[in-house]
Amino acid sequence: MLTYLSLFLTYLKIGLFGFGGGYAMLSLIQHETVEVVHWGETAPWLTQSEFTDIVAISQMTPGPIGINSATYIGYSVTGSVLGSIVATIAVCLPSFLLVLFVSRFILRHKENPIIKSIFKGLRPVVVGLIASAALLLMNRENFSDNTFSIAIAVVSFILVYFTKLHPIFIIILAGVAGYIIY
Amino acid sequence: MRTAMKISAMKNIYLQLFTSFMKIGAFTFGGGWAMIPLIEREVVDKHKWISREEFIDELAVAQSLPGILAVNISVLVGNKLRGVKGSLAAALGTILPSFVIILLIAMFFVRIYDNPVVASIFKGIRPAVVALIVAPVLSTAKSAHLNRWTFIIPIVVALAIWLCGVSPIWCIILGGLGGYIYYVLTHNASIESKKKGGEQC
Repeated sequence: MLTYLSLFLTYLKIGLFGFGGGYAMLSLIQHETVEVVHWGETAPWLTQSEFTDIVAISQMTPGPIGINSATYIGYSVTGSVLGSIVATIAVCLPSFLLVLFVSRFILRHKENPIIKSIFKGLRPVVVGLIASAALLLMNRENFSDNTFSIAIAVVSFILVYFTKLHPIFIIILAGVAGYIIY
Repeated sequence: MRTAMKISAMKNIYLQLFTSFMKIGAFTFGGGWAMIPLIEREVVDKHKWISREEFIDELAVAQSLPGILAVNISVLVGNKLRGVKGSLAAALGTILPSFVIILLIAMFFVRIYDNPVVASIFKGIRPAVVALIVAPVLSTAKSAHLNRWTFIIPIVVALAIWLCGVSPIWCIILGGLGGYIYYVLTHNASIESKKKGGEQC
């Protein structure tokens, strides 16, 4: 019961503070699931490599990463479908309430200099959030050796940054490479 | 007869909202920005639920609100058409495909996780995932138009979270607050300089 409650509250927080899109939200999800030890637990919900695998699965399946991670973690933490439902509803709930109550206000005051300056202040923070997610993932669990795994990361980076190849293909290629190498 | 048709058409719009957004949810990989052209096609071009200008406005609002972008847009469109019930139908459509797919994977994946073939595939995938997250760091840094001073902010944020385990929530709150304080300071300065200018005249 306690697990369900902390799952609900955690994903509510993620939904409420998830500014800046999927990748920025990732740092929040990562912090809450890999770093924080929740009520009634002895360890964080996930290890770094489990988290990385969930990101990989989210990239390969349709839908937003916020939903995918909520559904996956909800199930893996509680071992029941109800956990998935609780986490997924929690991550969407702030969107509902804010759209119903705040959207008209934002639309009317879109050009308001105060609101604009708040979002201006958030922009560089979002860059830092994504960077922190990347830094936290650069560890032994994800880079099992200093040769092949670094080579895979470098090649993937070049492909995604310079060729704009879709992430799915990069993950598939890396999976094939992993199968051949390891 | 005519009222019956009207009622069925009204009922239909919930179903249409649901199926339209379900299509969008089921066929876009990566979420967020990848979904927007599809949403635009369904909502503006095909069903003509809202005009293109309205869609651009909604998009701006959806972006400024926290949460999942695709869910925000679906709730906005659903709410505009049929209020709370409409927004529920649209959001449920967006969520359902990923929910079902991920749930099946979560149930199944646990069992194959220890399989050596699966383990070696994921050993290869993990470094690639890290690279996939490094790339948007650079592209968002570019689009944020950082100058010599604001350049420090993402570095401090990343180090605070990475090394000190600071919650990203604090960084978000401080970022918004910082933007507001900067506005107040520069705004007061510009009023004072205007006043000074006035006195000189």
